[in-house]
Amino acid sequence: MSILINKNTRVMTQGITGKTGQFHTKMGKEYANGRSCYVAGVNPKKPGETYEGIPIFATVKEAKQKTGATVSVIYVPPPFAAAAIDEAVEADLDLVICITEGIPVRDMIRTKYKMQGKRTRLVGPNCPGVITPDEIKIGIMPGHIHKKGRIGVVSRSGTLTYEAVGQLMELGLGQSSCVGTGGDPVNGLKHIDVLKMFNDDPETDAVIMVGEIGGSDEENAARWVKAGMNKPVVGFIAGVTAPPGKRMGHAGAIISGGKGTAQEKLAVMEECGIKVTKNPAEMGKLLKSVLK
Amino acid sequence: MKIHEYQAKEILRKYGVATPRGVPCFSVEEAVKAAQQLGGKVWVVKAQIHAGGRGKGGGVKVAKSPEEVREWAGKILGMMLKTHQTGPEGQKVRRLLVEEGADIKKELYVGMVVDRGTQRVALMASSEGGMDIEEVAAHAPEKIHKVFIDPGTGLKDAEADGIAAKIGIPAASVPQARLILKGLYKAFDETDSSLAEINPLILTGNGSVVALDAKMNFDDNAAFRHPEWQQLRDLGEEDPAEVEASKYDLNYIQLDGDIGCLVNGAGLAMATMDIIKLYGGAPANFLDVGGGATTEKVTEAFKIMLRIAHLKAILVNIFGGIMKCDVIAAGVVAAAKQVSLRVPLVVRLEGTNVDLGKKILAESGLPIISGNNMADAAQKVVAASRGKR
Repeated sequence: MSILINKNTRVMTQGITGKTGQFHTKMGKEYANGRSCYVAGVNPKKPGETYEGIPIFATVKEAKQKTGATVSVIYVPPPFAAAAIDEAVEADLDLVICITEGIPVRDMIRTKYKMQGKRTRLVGPNCPGVITPDEIKIGIMPGHIHKKGRIGVVSRSGTLTYEAVGQLMELGLGQSSCVGTGGDPVNGLKHIDVLKMFNDDPETDAVIMVGEIGGSDEENAARWVKAGMNKPVVGFIAGVTAPPGKRMGHAGAIISGGKGTAQEKLAVMEECGIKVTKNPAEMGKLLKSVLK
Repeated sequence: MKIHEYQAKEILRKYGVATPRGVPCFSVEEAVKAAQQLGGKVWVVKAQIHAGGRGKGGGVKVAKSPEEVREWAGKILGMMLKTHQTGPEGQKVRRLLVEEGADIKKELYVGMVVDRGTQRVALMASSEGGMDIEEVAAHAPEKIHKVFIDPGTGLKDAEADGIAAKIGIPAASVPQARLILKGLYKAFDETDSSLAEINPLILTGNGSVVALDAKMNFDDNAAFRHPEWQQLRDLGEEDPAEVEASKYDLNYIQLDGDIGCLVNGAGLAMATMDIIKLYGGAPANFLDVGGGATTEKVTEAFKIMLRIAHLKAILVNIFGGIMKCDVIAAGVVAAAKQVSLRVPLVVRLEGTNVDLGKKILAESGLPIISGNNMADAAQKVVAASRGKR
């Protein structure tokens, strides 16, 4: 198994004709089972064309009907990205992974509002995507640093996720799936949602949860871990040294009104039985120490 | 992005929020003229800087004659105003707001932020105005009332009226408060704000509800649809290093340590700062060069860091994904040669094309210290910053 995506997933790229969309669709297609997974692209102005042999459709709905794709990945530029999510939700897809960075918060508030009561799951925006190693890669992470295994990774950040994966690989530990939930304050799946999936996945033994300053996603996830998780979770929070009131790269990485500090998150995680490290170079080691 | 009080009030007035009449001024003469123009017997001279806590810092003064306006304007303009939100050296005052005096009967608080829990805009209000809402939250959380606004309908009349009543606005003044609260939401929404605060919102002797102070921050992600922000931006209020970095699309934040950091990715950049601290050093900055760093970007980043007089060492920490290690290595070498590096440089490369990248560094002839992993690199840069190799 794995979570969210596997070799049988059929995916369409929204924004397939842009430079970023083309590059990462090609990389995704070349990774593991990508050739059979990447089946469609969407661009309202270029229906009937193809990219790398992948047919392009005018709408998400049509791409779904014609190819059976139930997952989409979005590389549409920020001014139009929220509307692209809306279209995928309207077309009743299973999962939308939005890579785009820089979507206005106001747009995302409206998109989340429209998603109420819909079945579509959203990962991101402003995220590296999701990978189930040696099966399928949807997003911008480098495929070659991963290997199939039994550790789940969930994180708000891109390169810090690669760092965690790199440390696991040093220790010979592969991953079941790696999910980047994204650095924006208004987004789709949160740490807690991803942890629940890993808990239900028979092929995941333990999880690394990587967080950062801002909001309270990590605290909420930690409280759920205490109540309902039956697998070990270890954690790291970036931003112990971040000054308050400054947006640290990610739109959501900001300490406001004294809330959302790394110290506060680490304290709650520890209280809830999650082993944490303050050393980002020791995420892998810490995970290995909790494996039975 | 932050704007000044007088700019926020100008915006809010367009949305029907009542404020005192006032004039922004850049000189003492302008301030005196403004007072005469406004008329009346009492004026308030307010320092315009982006930080809060101006009153306590001595940046807000009441004047009872044009002569007093002149006196206060002369004292406040050009002063280094220190508040709990500025650095210890304070922020230089370059602009003033001269306003008509107000008859304050009661001070209240209203504000709006994006609530991450509900993923909606939250209206917060309190009967305890004039102090930081964080302070109220810490000492009397029961005095903060919240409404999570439905993005489909906006703030409803009943919600606005309910909040107004809860913070002690008398029934006769509730219709005025409703206009202000609904205007505030409309302004927040249409201007892509990330924060909008009226603190204090006052009740005057004759029952009027007036925004005595105002603060608005904007969501940087929405800049593409707000060309008017160019006029509102005050570069004098921003850190010069951060302004310079923004020209090259670098995500840079100045800190007070002595070890420069150049990293790809925001999360890894924060973690790099953390690990430097963990090994006893102090980061001089946050810098995310992003996924598409070019030689030019890396060179500019080095230049910005090297302007820090007390800089002792630089750590480059790259986990190459889409960004290839050989490309960043070539950029680092080119940059280091161009800028005459006066401090030790530690480089840690990992990920795509790492061997090629390390080879480029080794063959550059530059005295670059190689870090084998994040911990090794951090320990080496801390040692180097103390003059040890």
